[in-house]
Amino acid sequence: MTLAIDRNDPVIRVHAEAYRQASSVKRRQTLIGVAVFIACVLLSARGAEVDLARFAENIGRFPKYIHETLPTLRLASLGADLSEWYWGLKGWLKLLWQTVLIAYVGTVLGTAGAVLLCFSAAANLGRSAWLRFVTRRFFEFCRTVPEIVFALIFVIAFGLGPLPGVLAIAIHTTGALGKLFSEVVENIDLKPVDGVTATGAGWWQVVRFAVVPQVLSNFASYALLRFEINVRGASIMGFVGAGGIGQDLIEAIRKFYFTDVSAILLLIIVAVMLIDYGTERLRHALLSLEHRR
Amino acid sequence: MSLTLSIAERADILRRHEAAIRGSLKARLTTIATVAALLGLFVYGLTTLETSLWKIVSGVGNLGSFVVLMLPPDPGSWARAVIFAKALIETVAIAFLGTVLAAALALPFGFLAARNVVANRIVHFLARRSLDTVRGVDALIWALIWVNVVGLGPFAGMLAIMTSDLGAFGKLYSEAIEAADRRAVEGVASVGGGKAHEIRFGLMPQVLPVIASQVLYFIESNTRSSTIIGIVGAGGIGLYLAESIRTLEWRQVSFLILLILAAVSAIDFLSGKLRFAVIGKRAV
Repeated sequence: MTLAIDRNDPVIRVHAEAYRQASSVKRRQTLIGVAVFIACVLLSARGAEVDLARFAENIGRFPKYIHETLPTLRLASLGADLSEWYWGLKGWLKLLWQTVLIAYVGTVLGTAGAVLLCFSAAANLGRSAWLRFVTRRFFEFCRTVPEIVFALIFVIAFGLGPLPGVLAIAIHTTGALGKLFSEVVENIDLKPVDGVTATGAGWWQVVRFAVVPQVLSNFASYALLRFEINVRGASIMGFVGAGGIGQDLIEAIRKFYFTDVSAILLLIIVAVMLIDYGTERLRHALLSLEHRR
Repeated sequence: MSLTLSIAERADILRRHEAAIRGSLKARLTTIATVAALLGLFVYGLTTLETSLWKIVSGVGNLGSFVVLMLPPDPGSWARAVIFAKALIETVAIAFLGTVLAAALALPFGFLAARNVVANRIVHFLARRSLDTVRGVDALIWALIWVNVVGLGPFAGMLAIMTSDLGAFGKLYSEAIEAADRRAVEGVASVGGGKAHEIRFGLMPQVLPVIASQVLYFIESNTRSSTIIGIVGAGGIGLYLAESIRTLEWRQVSFLILLILAAVSAIDFLSGKLRFAVIGKRAV
């Protein structure tokens, strides 16, 4: 069988014409999009004071800077070199532990706040539209103001130290998790809710026995993800005096203690990677627990 | 048929299905142990992090008085408002340009880190780990490093956003490429398409919407991160925010925060619209 196409067939001609028109409209849209995009890039290059000459002149300093932060490690005296590089290991590990604790306590507090508020922000459980609106705007406010801004303000209110860091992370976590949690709640199966309501249960009992069992593993998985993000966030809290390893890092960078910079950065990266890896395994275990049911 | 249950019958049912109702002892013990350990760590954290109740109470009192001082939001003078608006535009420019450049530069890394493109395990491993390393360093730290290289100003901030996004984009691209359906590529090959056709008509239509939606999402989230990059002197509105917090100009602080909130929600809205235009209404 052959599949010959007669180009002069009027039916095909009409189709071809329609196709040509549709694709030319599409092409015009794409061209306009590209033009707008290029204009945006050029405008923002001006706004961000991009200076290619300065960049070309200084780009050599980037590898030089990286190189300077690296210590001299000789094979012959590797142990001594390493211990010189990590001369402050004990203090840094202590600060790193503090960073992780700040992230943990902040995550726990923020998760608690999100759990308490998410039910009234969910469209299917929230009792009043007014309350739902207020909770949602509250979540939005909490996650849009960067945590380090909260930390800056809290440092003035609470004094230097890890406490402002913890509170800043807790507030940010409440905002970020509250949104996710309320979306999880909105996706639940409502049949158990009807069942529990039919037995004459009140609102809190419905939440406890019909909703929480459905959402718990998803909540835990999101909280773990947030913990991982918060460890990163806590590592810079020290920049504004809110505790953790960031304060030694910013000092090392500002005072040009080059090898300290690489030593502390390496510690942070390794810690973040380990926590990434651990929480990811846990999360997958939790989610597969959910799917097995 | 009546549906009443005598107490004896109820007890009988409870006894027969004890495992289903109460759960196994082992599962219960694990739950209790986990919760206890998590709580223990929490309490330990509270005690070691110098969180005394008195400190919290007095701090909250301070915060309350700050909030009173913050009202009403006020930039100080018209000239300062113009300066702030300019800084805000600078912030958006930093976020936009940094994200776009990172998106373009991450392409080769994405292909290098995709298992179905580069089969060599060592290359794959090295590419993945270096992307992880770049991503593990916060944008604020990158900003500090770039300030040392190109000097203070928004250029350093743009470079910082670009570097930290490079890691994220490389990872996302490689995942999108790995998840791409081979069948579309095979289909193009089967009608006689060359290698270039395979990529253009088989791979690109699959990968491009994913990439475009990710880029838009990142522009949005980077607007947030670039609002603070000024804290370390890398341009944008963060510099003024940190300054006015440190000099206790509370009305200015609330004005700046409102400005940031407005800008972020405007960009949220815009990029959400664009994202749906690119990927279609259904897929989210």
